Amino acid sequence: MGRQGKFGRFGVFDLFNGLLMILVCFATLYPMWFVFINSFNAPKQALLGTVNWFPKEFSLASYSVVFNDKVLMNGFVITILRTVFGTVVHVLFTAIVAYGLSKSYLIGRKVYMKIALITMLFSGGLIPTFILMTKLGLYDNFMVFIIPAMYSFFNMVIFISFFRTIPDSLEESAKVDGASDYGVLFRIVLPNSMAVLATIALFSAVYHWNDYYQGVIYIRSQDILPMQTILFKIIAENSMSLMQQQAMAQFGAKLPGNSIKFASMMVATLPILVFYPFIQRYLVKGVMIGAIKG
Amino acid sequence: MGQHKTGQMKAFFRQWQLQSMVVPGIVWMFIFCYIPMFWLIIAFMDYSIAKPMLQSPFVGWKHFEAFTSDERFWRSIRNTLGMSAIKLALGFPIPLLFALLLNEVRSMRFKRTVQTISYLPHFIAWTIFGGIMLNWLGEGGVINQILIGLGFQEREILYISDPKYFWWITYFSDTLKETGWGAIIYIAAISGVDPGLYEAAELDGANRWQRMWHITIQCIRPTIAILFILAVAGMLGSNFDQIFMLKNNMNLKMAESLDLYVYNMGLVSGRHSFSTAVLFARSIVALALLFMANSASKKLSGEGIF
Repeated sequence: MGRQGKFGRFGVFDLFNGLLMILVCFATLYPMWFVFINSFNAPKQALLGTVNWFPKEFSLASYSVVFNDKVLMNGFVITILRTVFGTVVHVLFTAIVAYGLSKSYLIGRKVYMKIALITMLFSGGLIPTFILMTKLGLYDNFMVFIIPAMYSFFNMVIFISFFRTIPDSLEESAKVDGASDYGVLFRIVLPNSMAVLATIALFSAVYHWNDYYQGVIYIRSQDILPMQTILFKIIAENSMSLMQQQAMAQFGAKLPGNSIKFASMMVATLPILVFYPFIQRYLVKGVMIGAIKG
Repeated sequence: MGQHKTGQMKAFFRQWQLQSMVVPGIVWMFIFCYIPMFWLIIAFMDYSIAKPMLQSPFVGWKHFEAFTSDERFWRSIRNTLGMSAIKLALGFPIPLLFALLLNEVRSMRFKRTVQTISYLPHFIAWTIFGGIMLNWLGEGGVINQILIGLGFQEREILYISDPKYFWWITYFSDTLKETGWGAIIYIAAISGVDPGLYEAAELDGANRWQRMWHITIQCIRPTIAILFILAVAGMLGSNFDQIFMLKNNMNLKMAESLDLYVYNMGLVSGRHSFSTAVLFARSIVALALLFMANSASKKLSGEGIF
């Protein structure tokens, strides 16, 4: 009875448990599949929003509207810029601060850590932060995506705990050879921390790619709106760009709305879906380190 | 004493490189965390964004009195607590349950695959996921078709526009999106349980459920306790990305959480001091909640986060 190694008896429980797990996978994947098939559906089919498994009438019409939409494509570029630039800045800045704080002989270390910890317990919140951004000139400025997201306490803790596992002897020998602290960090420590750098970079990149809220609050000019904010306006507020309005007129009033929505959702999610199988283990590793430390 | 100080100063400058790595971080924290904390005092002023802060008149507790007598504020408290309570009571055990059941899967490859798939929705933006929900719950949507098809309802219900469904929509969509990801920490904790314990229990004749209850659950109790503390401490918060996406003018009366109330009052209506007063009060209560949850957990399970 019970566990006799890997090939123990496969009972009724195992059968139901396996089926339940398959159901979980189905519930997880179906929403994305739904978007996928409906984005290829001919506009009038997608409007019906019926439960289906494959496009009823295959069409690329919605994609051609999306890829010809100047506003959406500009948002796509802004999102890429924001993701690349924001991730590099976040990883470098947080890693450098963390390296300094990982040294137990750093003078003032305890005070610094307390200053950092208090920000976790208490914060100003939305309105004071909004006023600050306005006063700093970050309102309606692309840098509002980068500078306030330069640092994160949790990622810093992950970096610190990783840097501490790097053997001191490695750093000592470089110091004997006359390397400065910056030299040690960039030539010894960071090249030996690729796994954790990848993890933090991915978290930061996913944040930048998916965030729509900063754009809603801080951005007014259309030319620096990130794609997710534009999507938010299209999906939740039902606002259509000029291009889409023209498309609607062409296909008949209101008809293509849904499939254009689905096609733009697909374009916005595709990078995540494509990279996900390769990056997911780094993401999981990051949570594990964070969970053990935090 | 004086000598000690100059010695420390010298040592400080000797490690100027290390210090120059940390100090920018501290400066960043001062600007982006401490200045906003300091600006919470505009809760006691009639602040106008066009003027320097100190030129605004102090008005004492005026804004606190104003929001505590605002019905819409109490409605937002009710909505926040309602949604949090549903998520805590019915949502908190689900990732744990999922992790326990996944742990019972025998085939390693199947387990890995399920795990990987279950994380995916966590990385999909709320704009996308919310968009799917809006479509499914709307007119002619998937949910209506299934329920009508199965005979549970006779005609279409506009779930997303009817306020009475909103709390449940946030609960179900959150569960659908975050169950797999929420289970990671439990899966990690379960993998750390000593396999010898299971073997011993098996020799004593414990069945599967008994092993799950007496070994797995007992061994990961600290993890459960910590996550529970954090969930209770976060009760005054809400998933803003989610609510902001799913709310509309029809369901606002059940959808407006405290966060959304602050947003609407502060940024939409421009009442900065008024909504800062709400934030101020909320910060204090949230901090108190954290300490209370922590000490309660220490008493009950011997585990706390500080």
